[in-house]
Amino acid sequence: MSEKMQEKAVQAPILQVSHLKKYFPIKGGMFGKQVGAVKAVDDVSFTLEKGTTMGLVGESGCGKSTTGRTILRLIEKTDGTVLFHGQDVNALSHKEMRDMRTKMQIIFQDPYSSLSPRLPVGEIIGEAVREHNLVPKSQYQDYITKIMNDCGLQPYHKDRYPHEFSGGQRQRICIARALALNPEFVVCDEPVSALDVSVQAQIINLLKELQEKRKLTYLFISHDLSVVEHISDTVGVMYLGGLVETGRTEDIFADPLHPYTKALFSAIPMPDPDLKRNRIILEGSIPSPANPPKGCKFHTRCSQCMERCRTEVPVEKDMGNGHMVRCHLYDE
Amino acid sequence: MALFGKKNANYISSKETKRISRENRRVTGEIEKKRNRKNIPESEYLTRMKNPANVVEFDDVHTYFFTDIGTVKAVNGVSFEVPQGKTVGIVGESGCGKSVTSLSLMQLVQRPQGQTVAGEIRFNAGEKVYNIVNTPTSVMQKLRGNEMSMIFQEPMTALNPVFRIGDQVDEIVALHNPSMSREQVKERTIEMLEMVGIANSQGVYRMYPHELSGGMRQRVCIAIGLACNPKLIIADEPTTALDVTIQAQILDLMRSLKDKINSSIMLITHDLGVIAEMADYVVVMYAGRVVEKGTAQEIFKTPSHPYTIGLMRSKPVVGKQVEKLYSIPGKVPNPINMPDYCYFKDRCELSCEKCGGRYPGVIKLSPTHEVSCYRYEDRREAGWLAQVELGASGRERQQEEKGKEGARHE
Repeated sequence: MSEKMQEKAVQAPILQVSHLKKYFPIKGGMFGKQVGAVKAVDDVSFTLEKGTTMGLVGESGCGKSTTGRTILRLIEKTDGTVLFHGQDVNALSHKEMRDMRTKMQIIFQDPYSSLSPRLPVGEIIGEAVREHNLVPKSQYQDYITKIMNDCGLQPYHKDRYPHEFSGGQRQRICIARALALNPEFVVCDEPVSALDVSVQAQIINLLKELQEKRKLTYLFISHDLSVVEHISDTVGVMYLGGLVETGRTEDIFADPLHPYTKALFSAIPMPDPDLKRNRIILEGSIPSPANPPKGCKFHTRCSQCMERCRTEVPVEKDMGNGHMVRCHLYDE
Repeated sequence: MALFGKKNANYISSKETKRISRENRRVTGEIEKKRNRKNIPESEYLTRMKNPANVVEFDDVHTYFFTDIGTVKAVNGVSFEVPQGKTVGIVGESGCGKSVTSLSLMQLVQRPQGQTVAGEIRFNAGEKVYNIVNTPTSVMQKLRGNEMSMIFQEPMTALNPVFRIGDQVDEIVALHNPSMSREQVKERTIEMLEMVGIANSQGVYRMYPHELSGGMRQRVCIAIGLACNPKLIIADEPTTALDVTIQAQILDLMRSLKDKINSSIMLITHDLGVIAEMADYVVVMYAGRVVEKGTAQEIFKTPSHPYTIGLMRSKPVVGKQVEKLYSIPGKVPNPINMPDYCYFKDRCELSCEKCGGRYPGVIKLSPTHEVSCYRYEDRREAGWLAQVELGASGRERQQEEKGKEGARHE
């Protein structure tokens, strides 16, 4: 990167996503013509500052994971832009993208299926490091040992295979693999939902520790709201492919504005038997993203649905302090 | 690593394996032979409840798995009761034996290697009281579904993909009510589907499982479970595979249905939030044993066993900000070579000298609150250990643990 560009990168946020769309075609008919599209991600925009964590929450099938993957260009987007350090990720050539990949990494949900069963752990972690020539050959082994140590793995684990590890240890391997390339931005796609409570705490602590040490930026995708509250600085709530509410974690959890966010929060079971809450139970399930409802997408399940919600798509409104919401209730 | 002097604790020679395998076959063969006798008299499996207000009483139950590398004591002396009309929650990490406890009650443990070798499980079926451990399979088949039924964790895999929803519910209704005509069976099925909140019950009756969403499938599973108005519903992680909003729907449904047919629920989950919301009584399990039990109030207000305390602290709670989550150091001991002292001692930050002795007995903190921990011998006050600061000493210990792990090979 030239000096000028570096200067720019310091001022600009690390990641800017604007109007990102990803439609998956539905093929049908005799000749495999496209007959429709699943709107997995439909107009998502947000920015991420360096060293912060953004939590992305929502029900399954709302497009959280697709958003993460489209940002990393693991899936090609349909429309919109993703700027990483002010550079359009989708405009990069194959070769440039290869270098960019070291800066952006992902940790997958299931540590049981995301590790190759045929490679020893040292190789899993080190393969990409060698491929990208990040460290000289003489320092390669030390480098891997250091990364493993940082992630709470022992050096003698290097020659073992993934099946010899427990779920928590495997997730540590996944984290080590992502961090070995010294990335700036990591997408954590439900990294703790397959783990037990006590192991979950270990992994969350590890992620926080590493963030402090390496100034990492996380996009933390999860459906567990308590985990998201614990780890995130900002939160985005997704429903049916679109962000309905974004803002700082304190603001959103203290004062959720969108009816969907309210319902989602009221559904969290609290470990306190005395607590009696007015639970908002959402009727039915999430509509099909291939044929989303007209107007506000949430109107089919909303308890405060008005006439205009059925026809008019709500626009994003700033309720102060960067707390954005898309709902007709806050039009005045 | 095994080359450096120390013998690998997990290594077993093939000769040894053969010996264990032969021994296992002898033990399980004996049990199976006893079970497979014909015309077992009722006196062998009928018994009396200690307290007739209970539906189930687990009394020192031991369920072992006889594997080729040794005996896994999955359930190792579990005792608790499920009172009539109440919900009992069982919490613990994966592998602590919560599922095996419930499978023992249903006699669904994989045989012949899995056997309930000791203890009594008394099930109150109204007129008769069965000791499930000795009940022959033919009698069990009448109890399962009729008197007790199970809702499984994965609604995706619990239903048969090649049969229509209607057929699958019909099967249960028809099997347990042989006198019903086909129309009556169908009527009952539709009624069940409506009861669990499926609006389009006629349509769903003709659908296949893949046409339904996860929440709807779980509703169908619940309908199957409740088809015969059982006295006891065992729900094995009923909402783990579901979203929070759907989870709220299902929990709400289970609560209202429980009152409607006046049955008891045994709720197995690792989510403390779900337990707090649903359960009247809580049983905390660790490594095949009950470490603490009490009413939901007692367990959540004054958690007493160090494991329960650790579990509560390691879960982030919405609205409560903490800098760093507490995590229990170490890991669950190897189920084949369990220590003879307290199973939690090696991970416990509050252990004392006494803890090295034999496994602690049960200490009553209140008529309902029981804990197995030596620290409560002198000071029988619920929850006082929870006041002790775990932070700093815990971190030191974790460091130590890390160092140890380096030297030790697993």
